[in-house]
Amino acid sequence: MAVKTNYFKSFFLTEIVRGMALTFSYMFKQRVTLNYPFEKAPLSTRFRGEHALRRYANGEERCIACKLCEAVCPALAITIEAEPREDGSRRTTRYDIDMTKCIYCGLCQEACPVDAIVEGPNFEYATETREELFYNKEKLLANGDRWEAQIAANLTADAPYR
Amino acid sequence: MTSLQLWNEYGLPGAMIVLQILAFVLPLLIGVAYLVYAERKVMGAMQLRQGPMTVGAFGLLQTFADAIKLFSKEIIIPSAAHRVVFIFAPVLAMLLSMIAWSVIPVNKGWVIADINVGILYLFAVSSMGVYSVLMAGWASNSKYAFLGGMRSAAQMVSYEVSMGLVIVCVLLVTGSLNLTDIVMHDRPWWVDVMLFPMFIVFVVSILAECNRAPFDLPEGESELSGGFLVEYSAAAFMLFFLAEYANMILMSAMATVLFLGGWLPPFGIEALAFVPGVIWFVLKVSFILFVYIWVRATLPRYRYDQLMRLGWKIFLPFTLVWVLVVAGTLMATNSLPVLQ
Repeated sequence: MAVKTNYFKSFFLTEIVRGMALTFSYMFKQRVTLNYPFEKAPLSTRFRGEHALRRYANGEERCIACKLCEAVCPALAITIEAEPREDGSRRTTRYDIDMTKCIYCGLCQEACPVDAIVEGPNFEYATETREELFYNKEKLLANGDRWEAQIAANLTADAPYR
Repeated sequence: MTSLQLWNEYGLPGAMIVLQILAFVLPLLIGVAYLVYAERKVMGAMQLRQGPMTVGAFGLLQTFADAIKLFSKEIIIPSAAHRVVFIFAPVLAMLLSMIAWSVIPVNKGWVIADINVGILYLFAVSSMGVYSVLMAGWASNSKYAFLGGMRSAAQMVSYEVSMGLVIVCVLLVTGSLNLTDIVMHDRPWWVDVMLFPMFIVFVVSILAECNRAPFDLPEGESELSGGFLVEYSAAAFMLFFLAEYANMILMSAMATVLFLGGWLPPFGIEALAFVPGVIWFVLKVSFILFVYIWVRATLPRYRYDQLMRLGWKIFLPFTLVWVLVVAGTLMATNSLPVLQ
């Protein structure tokens, strides 16, 4: 009997028709993909994207060259050199992040006592050459200036949960 | 002969034929471009994606961008390939998918060659299609391509047998091999009902004939990495691609002419006759093309033995029996077409 039913089913294409009805009904459903460069999905305030070095409101850079980020970095992507500045404060002379090594774990951001190094919301920084991904202090500070508004807003929004 | 006579005798008809051919081929090529676009859009919709959206409004110019890209690339000919056959195969494929259009009537009298053996011609041309695939598979001198070519040959031969019997059923009803006569033949409703199973068999067979999913074994991306197309690149690849889609349109047009009443309004509704025949023809062809895409978005690829089983053990006996049923019914009701 089961054999007969199977023959009936396959001969009258019942299952194929049911499958096709299903795909047809899906045709009018809401799309789940975004038209990416023109539409973007919302990002978490904790999103860990491109790094940035922040400044205080008066323009003074936050980083005090404690090298905690360099020490904690599991990928050894951060290189810092430091010496006292003319006014006697401790500042970095070199702050490099090799973005090709970075694993975006966010530990540098966690380690930083002055919220200087942060991972901002930017994830669209593809480059044409590998060398462009070796970020230096200048580039990181520039990132900080560019994304400061959003980074500050994200940090404030996330502060109650930390 | 004077030059004026020469012009009237040969030049003018020649020019007319060239214009007629252009009137068929240009819309066909644009149709192919938008068929590719429609396929990507419809499959995207069925998979909850958006499909092409960037080139032109709603991605409408995507296919043209792809065509330009393919044309500007380099044709790579494998050093082990047979150069002449390798290049000729896509040309033949394209040629065959184009010349078949010479007998397809898209409206009353809108046909390049209104010959009396139109259906045989169509059948012959579509059978030739297997040679281009086989040549491509052999000339590539690659095992994937060769396997793809062999599969294609076996598959197309198997399905042409049942396709032939399906066409015999239609011929029994209409009594003519001329495509215009087939469309114009006045069928009673019960004949259409009787031919409906044959229509289904025909649609499944043309899926196999065009190497389309779920019968796309000659290409078989997952096991043959592209089958007979694996060594082709740039313009040669594009010719195959164009030929495949032009063939899809051709086969849909064939199904439209044989089963769906060509350019006549659907279901014989006279009130809809004010719409030009070409539009009905295009709509009917589009419907079958939509089924092509719809099936591709629904079904996984058949295994090779399943494909052969379907062709030889189900379709062939069924169509054979149905030819007898159709012939017997026509005989019993005394409605066989009368030879003039």
